[in-house]
Amino acid sequence: MQALVIVAHGSHLNPGSAQPTYDHADTIRDTGAFDEVREAFWKEEPHFREVIRTVESDEVFVVPLFISEGYFTEQVIPRELRLEGWDPDLWDSDGTDASDVSLAVGDAEKVVHYCGPVGTHDAMTDVIVQRAETVTGDSDVGEGFGLAVVGHGTERNENSAKAIEYHTERIRDLDRFDEVEALYMDEEPEIDDVTDYTDAKDIVVVPLFVADGFHTQEDIPEDMGLTDDFREGWDIPGEVDGQRIWYAGAVGTEAFMADVILERAADAGAELGDALEQVQARTGGTPATGD
Amino acid sequence: MPGQRDGMRSELELTDAVGEAVLEAVRETDNATTAIDFDGLRIGQDEDGYVLETPETAHDGLTEADLAAALESAAPYVTNWHFWERTVGGEGTARRAFLRWAEGASFDTDGGASDDSSDPDSVLLERHDALESASGVVRHWGELELRTRLADAEIDQRGEPGGRVYEIRHVDDSAEPLDGLERYDDPREARDLVTYDDRGRYRPLKTAPSLVSGWCFDDLSSSEFVETIRAIYPATIANWHREQRGRLDVDHWIETAERQSGIYDVIDELPREALEWVTEACCVDSQCLKRRKWHFDEDDELSTPGGDGEFPCREPCSLVIAAARKWTILESENEKTWELELTTSEMNQLAEIVDAVADGRVDEIREADVYDGANRYRARYLRAKRLTDGSLDADQTDD
Repeated sequence: MQALVIVAHGSHLNPGSAQPTYDHADTIRDTGAFDEVREAFWKEEPHFREVIRTVESDEVFVVPLFISEGYFTEQVIPRELRLEGWDPDLWDSDGTDASDVSLAVGDAEKVVHYCGPVGTHDAMTDVIVQRAETVTGDSDVGEGFGLAVVGHGTERNENSAKAIEYHTERIRDLDRFDEVEALYMDEEPEIDDVTDYTDAKDIVVVPLFVADGFHTQEDIPEDMGLTDDFREGWDIPGEVDGQRIWYAGAVGTEAFMADVILERAADAGAELGDALEQVQARTGGTPATGD
Repeated sequence: MPGQRDGMRSELELTDAVGEAVLEAVRETDNATTAIDFDGLRIGQDEDGYVLETPETAHDGLTEADLAAALESAAPYVTNWHFWERTVGGEGTARRAFLRWAEGASFDTDGGASDDSSDPDSVLLERHDALESASGVVRHWGELELRTRLADAEIDQRGEPGGRVYEIRHVDDSAEPLDGLERYDDPREARDLVTYDDRGRYRPLKTAPSLVSGWCFDDLSSSEFVETIRAIYPATIANWHREQRGRLDVDHWIETAERQSGIYDVIDELPREALEWVTEACCVDSQCLKRRKWHFDEDDELSTPGGDGEFPCREPCSLVIAAARKWTILESENEKTWELELTTSEMNQLAEIVDAVADGRVDEIREADVYDGANRYRARYLRAKRLTDGSLDADQTDD
């Protein structure tokens, strides 16, 4: 038997924070690839601390629904899961390379295959592109469009910017959009100046965040000048400085994210059967980068 | 009376599939004397042929055809075996133990505390009667009323004679007819029910006693039943099972606090006495239905009651940790002596306001009930009279 556990941050204050986690878990449940699929959270229940004991499977694939490697993936999650012998060096990563490591846990007789975060997987590039397609309603979107990938910035974690740059570079290599820029909330180049950094008439803005919350639904739309007051909402596309902004909201809400979670588990040795094909069919996802 | 029971249950017929499953189990263990020994049913073989025994009947020297025919006379036992061994399975799992507990059956406690019957063999027919009755077997789990029944039809919709169907509703809806409740059958729908309280506020703690009522999951299979409870009260079954087996791994306050990092690194500095107030604020039954098993540390018990809940709390939860961070910072402040002008009634009113907020009673105070110190008009009057820019007019009298 094999189980999948998706670990995410969750929130004590925002009921919508966990929604993408449940949505992607349901998509994967419906494929039947895993005997058990569970969600676990830092701020909700079941907590990271108590999730492993809720599965009957001997093999447990743990995929963090986090954007970057750092404090949560390297310290908090391994500690709370009681991963025995964990050391961040086991991932041998420079910030975007973490794949998986198999370890015992302190509170159950199981093998945990602890995977890198979804945000740094190559398949995430496809999800960002898919997000652009979803928000524009155009499966061929690219020509005449700029794309801005938005991250938090380095204030909290330098790997956060690495993940943004990694995908930005990969999307540039696709030669699909006129321009592709990495922008940040709290460092240069800032999302506030999105229209200064892109010349295209149409700009798709995709925040590399797991869930919609204060940053994606309040700060970023206001910072870009898309709206003066987030409570009043904004148009999609909305006009700023004569350019059209197609604001996508958190990339983590894209249905095709389920694919990245599966890819993470597959990289760690999970048997998926035709689950990837099922998820692609269900979410309309296509691997844009061809891998 | 055993005879009467047998008569009542003669209608319960075995399907070919169940009979075949028994014969398969017997054939698989052809050298063993006992192939099945479960809840009072024993089937095996000796040198004279097959043997079938229940507390009420005994047959021996049976051919395979005789055995197949004799199974009918032990239908409640045989269907019970089939349900547990072929439908539920999961020997040793929390899921199985919980399902056994839900219908009042003995379960593997591995030497831990338990509410087992000491002689389970004799009780199957009693349990069968209870499961067959209109009310079924009812248990409470937090604010949930759980009901286990035998399927209405002799063969239920899942093709399982003697199978179980499960129902979950709020304890407050105990007497409600099914038609009076919003009916659900997909465990995933439970997530929406647990997200908000009856005033539409987000419930960050799933085991808070603020679960909305007015709904019912009925006609659930055993796996759907467990999955629904898992959505309503996550991890409670797993921890309850560990406790039943005497293996609950409790992490006391100081271990949990010292483990924290980042912004929660400070909480191990919370004064010992403040932890009493933290648990009184967050962990008592009026705030959380888990039964708190953790203390300051193993040798330093808290005096705050742990509660009477069915399922245990094995370590401070994330809400307690987050709140404790705030209290740790607040407790680092020095106490000061203040001088301010208040009448005796105004002084008492401050206490009434704190009390009403702490008990979540504010919304219950009637608009015109100016006799209650926490009434809105009373509070507004006090604010107009005694507060300037949101602060009490008070002077510090020491340095």
